[in-house]
Amino acid sequence: MDFDYFLRLFFSGLTRGSIYALLALGYTMVYGIIKLINFAHGEIYMIGAFTALIMATVFSFTGMPTLAILVLSSLVALIYSSAYGFTIEKLAYKPLRKAPRLSVLISAIGMSLFLQNYVLLAQTSNFLPYPSLLPQVPVPRFLQGIINSQQIIIFTTTAVVMVLLTLLIKFTRMGKSMRATSQDRVMATLVGINVNKVISWTFLIGSFTAALGGILISSFTGQINFYVGFIAGIKAFVAAVLGGIGSIPGAVLGSLVLGMTESFAAGYLSSVYEDVFAFIILVLILIFKPSGLLGRPETQKV
Amino acid sequence: MLELQSVSTYYGNIQALKEISLTIEKGEIITLIGANGAGKSTTLMSISGVVPPRDGDVIFQGESIMGMDAAEVVAQGICQVPEGRRIFPHLTVQENLDMGALLRSDREGIRTDLNYVFSLFPILAERRGQAGGTLSGGEQQMLAISRAIMARPKLLLLDEPSLGLAPLIVQQIFEIIKQINQENGTTIFLVEQNANQALKVAHRGYVMENGRITLADSAANLLSNQEVKNAYLGV
Repeated sequence: MDFDYFLRLFFSGLTRGSIYALLALGYTMVYGIIKLINFAHGEIYMIGAFTALIMATVFSFTGMPTLAILVLSSLVALIYSSAYGFTIEKLAYKPLRKAPRLSVLISAIGMSLFLQNYVLLAQTSNFLPYPSLLPQVPVPRFLQGIINSQQIIIFTTTAVVMVLLTLLIKFTRMGKSMRATSQDRVMATLVGINVNKVISWTFLIGSFTAALGGILISSFTGQINFYVGFIAGIKAFVAAVLGGIGSIPGAVLGSLVLGMTESFAAGYLSSVYEDVFAFIILVLILIFKPSGLLGRPETQKV
Repeated sequence: MLELQSVSTYYGNIQALKEISLTIEKGEIITLIGANGAGKSTTLMSISGVVPPRDGDVIFQGESIMGMDAAEVVAQGICQVPEGRRIFPHLTVQENLDMGALLRSDREGIRTDLNYVFSLFPILAERRGQAGGTLSGGEQQMLAISRAIMARPKLLLLDEPSLGLAPLIVQQIFEIIKQINQENGTTIFLVEQNANQALKVAHRGYVMENGRITLADSAANLLSNQEVKNAYLGV
């Protein structure tokens, strides 16, 4: 096999991995704080992409330059989707705060189905073309033909988001409160942390990055329908479990591993079974290392 | 300063506290002693708002704090060092202390208190950058107490600070409790199974059995009380 082909697969895997990472962050952060797999998370990604599409169409009538359309429509979509995430938590999860974990999980699945069908009814079941809003950036000479401008934007954006998020979690008061809450919720309230506020912020941040992923990948693939969030969501969930659910670096690592695996497996083995590999990984990781690559094994102190 | 007026607390249908009444005056060290399962920790959790009482009233500085959630109670100036210490295991010692001062914004005061806890427990200064979970039991207890001091509480609730610690460390912890009370005038409510030690540092004490307060007296009197001796002092 020639080396260029390998590199193309590598960068294609990196692209997928970046998008999974933006999504997986939300799963892992929410799990870390309230021990819930938020199955409606993929829908936020889809709604983010849809909102940006609608806003871009609206703004394009004003004759603005493309870059302004991109920035404005993305901004609206990101804020709108974060508000969605915030509201979903308040409506579907907060009332069940003291209920068994299974009830909340079922509520999450219900929310996911509801949002999918709502978008199906409000929009259409067909694939819609997605405008390529991303600006052209120069591709380094030696990578021409291997990677395109959009991929460069996707990597850079993801990297910037990861760095900002790491700084936020590590150094800000809210970040420290999040870590404390995920480690011991009762003790967190005993030092005066407003746990509801922490949970709300977690949903806001997770929804923001998910919507960002949705906008980026839709601009890259050029199409969208109401169902894109489901499969992407499940795969990002696999990535989060692979990396160790609850661990933020784990989610990023798991996403990159998953993206690469899918890309190489599709490129060298068969692209027909592309989606199968994610689930093979899920089964293997659950059998052999249930706590994930970077996850901490659940210890129970007596 | 703090008054519980016939407080009853339930876990589901099980009544854990049966009309508990007690008072704590400013500047006192009050201890609550009793056997396992008597309801001592529940009393503290009821005050802190983690397990809200169903009946009765909790008055702090003349105002009811019943129904406040735990974070609001902390904001009122009541801090708890819970049973089992509950150090945030993956935060560093420094970050654990920062969490204690979460609700404060007076940088100067925070720095003073940080130096103060490091003077009480110099070992914590050495271990500043280490994850809380890697400390020994005694060091974790020191950190837990320090974390609470960082909030500069008016009332400090301590739940079994001596549990599972070596006798020498227990001695040291009780010395510090006394010191905090004398130097800062912090009012302390101390829940203990180690009745002997607790009664030695406390001004007054309450004895709890099966969710009820059965005895209330000065610490000195309780130490010489025959029933208390038989039941809790192992003499």
